[in-house]
Amino acid sequence: MTAFFDIVARDLRLALRQRGDAAMVVLFFVLTALLFPFAIGPEPNLLTRLAAGIIWVTALLAVLLSLERLFLADYEDGSLELLVLSPVPLSLVVLAKVLAHWLSTGLPLIAAAPLIALFYNMEGDALPVLIAAMLLGTPSLSLIGAVGAALTLGARRGGVLVPLLVLPLYIPVLIFGIAAIDADLAGLSARPYLLFLGAIALFMLVIAPLAAAAALRQALE
Amino acid sequence: MNLHRFANPGRFVRLADAVLPWCATLTVLALGGGLYLSLFASPADYQQGESVRIMYVHVPAAWMALFVYTVIAGASASALIWRHPLADLVARASAPVGAGFTFLALVTGSLWGKPMWGTWWVWDARLTSVLVLFFLYLGHIALSNAFDDQSRGNRAAAVLALVGFINVPIIKFSVDWWSTLHQPASVMRLGGPTIDASMLWPLLIMAVGFTLYYLSLLLLRVKSEVLAARLRARSMAAVDMA
Repeated sequence: MTAFFDIVARDLRLALRQRGDAAMVVLFFVLTALLFPFAIGPEPNLLTRLAAGIIWVTALLAVLLSLERLFLADYEDGSLELLVLSPVPLSLVVLAKVLAHWLSTGLPLIAAAPLIALFYNMEGDALPVLIAAMLLGTPSLSLIGAVGAALTLGARRGGVLVPLLVLPLYIPVLIFGIAAIDADLAGLSARPYLLFLGAIALFMLVIAPLAAAAALRQALE
Repeated sequence: MNLHRFANPGRFVRLADAVLPWCATLTVLALGGGLYLSLFASPADYQQGESVRIMYVHVPAAWMALFVYTVIAGASASALIWRHPLADLVARASAPVGAGFTFLALVTGSLWGKPMWGTWWVWDARLTSVLVLFFLYLGHIALSNAFDDQSRGNRAAAVLALVGFINVPIIKFSVDWWSTLHQPASVMRLGGPTIDASMLWPLLIMAVGFTLYYLSLLLLRVKSEVLAARLRARSMAAVDMA
């Protein structure tokens, strides 16, 4: 168990050492989200209607950007082989790295989301549901992304391949995340959609580490 | 059934050589007969008129899209768990065919939707999940070809195929779980088919024809994968000796 937290601490320390990486991801998120008003016009009602979708899609793309550094650095300098050979179960190692990734990428994105909501004229009452939906959804994004990152280790053009593999699997999270916020903006209960997001997160919590561990083992054979 | 009996590539190639002509002939007969029945001998729909005949291509193509993905998932499990040597090749050979069936289903569905629903596309659960299936196929093909070492690519694609298998029951039950524009099941449902026999028979014959077509392609493509692997091994041995 201590090994789990050691790996989380190690990855967080590495992420802190290169603060620029996490900052770039948040900056990409904010900048891309701010591009759309130039494209669709500044009319406030239109922006409110599109707010949930744009926040979620740009958050998704930002997470995609950050997935590469999940395994690649360790793969290249050999520490991944040591982690695979260690007595800790490989799926637990993957879970630890995903947790560190979510803490260093997902949480900053969630912190930046209310700022985007402000620019999109989203009502303040919808903010709790926005935060809740992203808190339940971003772990799934990190987990599914870990599977994609593990599968493409050592591939040619791996960076371009990860979105193709991972985006189809992201779509359910996207659908329910946006539906939750839109339901709340319409005055309906967001509970069913939040429950679905939680269900997807729990499902991925079991499946993704196993799949990513299998993929990592193949990468190192 | 001990499938490992066919793990010997040489035995598989001999089997494929023996079976393929029969399979191909049956395919031509089934598709020919099915097309005649669908286009000429079956009745027009009282509501949709002649454009119901798109169903005889659209429905079997959609069935095949799901069937081929299930075959790929089974082959991937076989490759990862039991390390069956030909399972990787079956998955690799089936993916483009499955992608083709999915594309055919999407396009024929779109062509059918325009006169029926008034739109080329609608974002309901069935159409969206079949589109996701199409991209899963494309991702599978891309991943298996993304590595210089082909066996690494096959195994990575096997993991991807298993992870994406969750989409198949979602597609099947999407018309029941969500209110969709796409109609619910009329053939494979509890309580038996609700479609009339004069339309059911051409539909089933077309489905059999499509399946035989897939099997013929599969035999041919797995045989060529085996031969290609042999060529690669020989060229590497030639490089060693030079």
